[in-house]
Amino acid sequence: MQRSVQALIFAAVLVAVLIGRLVYLQVLAHEHYITLSDDNRIKILPLPPNRGLIFDRNGLILADNLPSYRLELTLEQIHDIDSTLDALSKLVNIRDVDRKRFEKLRQRTPAFKPVALRFHLSDDEVARFAIDRHRFPGVDIVAGLSRHYPHGPLSVHALGYVGRIDERDLQRIDASDYSGTTHIGKVGIERTYEDVLHGTVGYRQVETNAEGRILRTLVRTPPVPGENLYLTMDAELQSVAEQAFAGKAGAAIAIDPSNGDILAFVSQPTYDPNLFVNGIDTETYEALRDDDKQPLFNRALRGQYPPGSTLKPFVALGGLEQGIISEHADTYCPGFYRLPGKARKYRDWKRGGHGTVDLTTAIAQSCDVYFYDLALSMGIDRLHSYLSLFGFGKRTGIDIIGELPGLLPSRQWKRATRNLPWFPGETLITGIGQGFMLTTPVQLASATATLSEYGRRLKPRIVASTQQYDDIELTPVPFEPLADIPVEETHHWITVINAMREVVHGKRGTARKIGKDSEFDIAGKTGTAQVFGLKQEEKYEADKLAEELHDHSLFIAFAPIDKPRIAIAVVVEHGGGGSAVAAPIARIILDQYLVEKPS
Amino acid sequence: MSTLLDTSREDASKRDWQHILHFDAALLFGLLAISALGLFVLYSSAGGDTQLVTRQILRLGIAFGGMVIVAQLRPQWLQRWTPWLYGLGLTLLIAVLAAGDVGKGAQRWLDLGFVRFQPSEMMKLAVPMMVAWYLSDKRLPPTYSRLLIAGALIVTPVLLIAVQPDLGTSLLIASAGFFVLFLAGLSWKLLGGLGLLATAGAPVLWHFMHDYQRQRVITFLDPEQDPLGTGYHIIQSKIAIGSGGLFGKGWLNGTQAHLEFLPERSTDFIFAVLGEEFGLFGIGVIVVIYSFIIVRSLYIAAQAQDTYGRLLGGSLAMTFFIYFIVNTGMVTGLLPVVGLPLPLVSYGGTSMVTLMAGFGILMSIHTHRKLLAT
Repeated sequence: MQRSVQALIFAAVLVAVLIGRLVYLQVLAHEHYITLSDDNRIKILPLPPNRGLIFDRNGLILADNLPSYRLELTLEQIHDIDSTLDALSKLVNIRDVDRKRFEKLRQRTPAFKPVALRFHLSDDEVARFAIDRHRFPGVDIVAGLSRHYPHGPLSVHALGYVGRIDERDLQRIDASDYSGTTHIGKVGIERTYEDVLHGTVGYRQVETNAEGRILRTLVRTPPVPGENLYLTMDAELQSVAEQAFAGKAGAAIAIDPSNGDILAFVSQPTYDPNLFVNGIDTETYEALRDDDKQPLFNRALRGQYPPGSTLKPFVALGGLEQGIISEHADTYCPGFYRLPGKARKYRDWKRGGHGTVDLTTAIAQSCDVYFYDLALSMGIDRLHSYLSLFGFGKRTGIDIIGELPGLLPSRQWKRATRNLPWFPGETLITGIGQGFMLTTPVQLASATATLSEYGRRLKPRIVASTQQYDDIELTPVPFEPLADIPVEETHHWITVINAMREVVHGKRGTARKIGKDSEFDIAGKTGTAQVFGLKQEEKYEADKLAEELHDHSLFIAFAPIDKPRIAIAVVVEHGGGGSAVAAPIARIILDQYLVEKPS
Repeated sequence: MSTLLDTSREDASKRDWQHILHFDAALLFGLLAISALGLFVLYSSAGGDTQLVTRQILRLGIAFGGMVIVAQLRPQWLQRWTPWLYGLGLTLLIAVLAAGDVGKGAQRWLDLGFVRFQPSEMMKLAVPMMVAWYLSDKRLPPTYSRLLIAGALIVTPVLLIAVQPDLGTSLLIASAGFFVLFLAGLSWKLLGGLGLLATAGAPVLWHFMHDYQRQRVITFLDPEQDPLGTGYHIIQSKIAIGSGGLFGKGWLNGTQAHLEFLPERSTDFIFAVLGEEFGLFGIGVIVVIYSFIIVRSLYIAAQAQDTYGRLLGGSLAMTFFIYFIVNTGMVTGLLPVVGLPLPLVSYGGTSMVTLMAGFGILMSIHTHRKLLAT
């Protein structure tokens, strides 16, 4: 009984506290709250941060923010939406898509919050509306900044673009961090570095009168603009490299081997990212999507190609380092190869064969038979373990979202994915970069850089430094060393690199055309990747094949040989032989980067 | 004893229908009054959405029906089945953790195929029943060892629910269990010790909280810090109540509510609508009715003829009070946002049925008393 009374007293005390609180809120502080609520409604307006800018390595601007005007409607202040929209459409151009989007946004926006109807008003439209502004209570022109890519399609596959925040984006962001922000990085660097570029939202509490007009600001917390990015990329080199493709589909990656900096990131063809910033119209989008050359496809990052003969230097190095071959041992090439006891012929690309070849000749002239033999001696297990040291079959970890890993086949892989044993014939074709094996251009360039640096591996990166908006100083992004490749004998590496030099500068090298008048020493390797397999005794004749069945043309290179400053991988889709198409593109890129220009 | 006998006789004719139907008229009147007023406020907060109000009436009907059914059960019968109910509840809680549906990021529901069931609701009644059952068969106040066992009976389900995670319900159940101990005569010395333990345990609890729960606590301490996010609720609800003043802005005239400044205005924050539209005066009426229900419930518990009824009834009364005070404290900015509804007024809430079943038990305790002379 006594305890019940105590419980009652406990409850009574708490109720008294509650009543005290209510008296405070509703009587003592009533004036304060009625001001906040009734006559002068308090609004909390977000102040979106300015997005960080993106520059190339020389400070050339690649993504900036331009002033733009948008038209916003605050629904609680508009009595008849439909007639207002009709009247507005006489002053500014309102398309069906604008109206549809407006209707959609309107459903999920509270009545006191403005809803955007049009973006990017022209100066004329702004002027026309300003004159008639008094006729449209609740309709406002709001100045903002809009993302702009001054160089249009240049390097779009690296940069990416921003677009309006959609349902999917809302799931990965905290909506309150994006109050007032309309756009978000969708792909490329814009997406990868979204956190850095976005900044921190600010807000102000304002008093407004009954029409919603702002009377004064009570509290203002300024937004913190996003940080600027300085890329490792050289826009001029990028531009030259893109033009070198002359409309052909393909990809090229140039890396500074000393630090992993991406100097050029080419995927051709490209498209204009500005189209996507404020919503692309359906027709243009469908045209891009259905284009045979697939401009939207990021070949540099996501294109997976057989490396073809560009793999040979890596295989040769593996053979030397693992003690399977010696530098001067010869192999006889009759133009084909047979597995012991089997009838099937594995062809060399040269019908008559190369005769007696050593390692240097095998690389310089790209003898397939030499590598069939070497691959068979190594076996798939050793082949797999050595090639994986260079990062084949794994993502390089480049700081652009969406990279694909390629494929470095192994016994375990084949068992797991196809439930089949590994066949010796598959080892042969893996040795010349055909069969199951796939690499991305980024991966191939990274491996080439690693080769040029005698096994020192660095993670490729495209953002060099960041910069606070109010700071002149740049904060460098540290480059990341990966596990170095153990070197058994330095002269093995020298042998392979010299053989690659013979590819370009030797009398019978497959890329001798680009080496003739070069001002610097280039180490390179051509490659041709079959898009489809030829039958036994069938001959590859380019002019009899549809273009989409033509071979891919590949080339890897680095220069200068004694102190490498640039490593390159070039892939030209359906370009035919590596020496004809891909190598000249590589030469243009090397010249642009290495040849001193008279200033 | 003789006085009780006398009054019973005196009131026999008056209480006759109440005994037959096992109603307590005073309690029923209070509950109906709150529900009716609540419907008015809900109509306003829902912006005149009659469908919403109709659904609420239906739900109230089911809850009152549940109360009537429970009121028919004899307390002795309830007491006998208590351990079984508790055991079943505990089993289901474990089942929910093992195989429950994840709804809104928390594992609370058990899908039985034909009905989705929240075992933690059942435990709101089963835990105080069990503790009362355990303590009532020996002399009170309980010995230390018995207190320890009673404590374990409370803590086990509380922890199981807290990891779902459903902090609101687990705290509610903990308090229901605690009030049984308190009414059983838990010494003040031990109470002080428990208080110290709770203070010391706060950092530990913080460690196990989910981010959104921590955010609520931070927001409570400094709502201005995040005025666009979680702080928005509290700021807007204080503006709504404060601007209501003494007599309010009038029914259907709350600008905070109708211009959608106030979030969750039909559910957890409906008390703010009441404060805005009816002012301190309107809130006063509601507080008086709530207090009446609580006082009446405590009286019924105190009048119970056996220890089980006394402990259980008192705990149920205090649980109802906790609902009320935590919700109003949260809406007025005295407590952090914990997501408890205002009982019988907030829209929806599976908890309504449980709550009314509790009142059914109270009515059963009161109307099944043996009239010793007849």
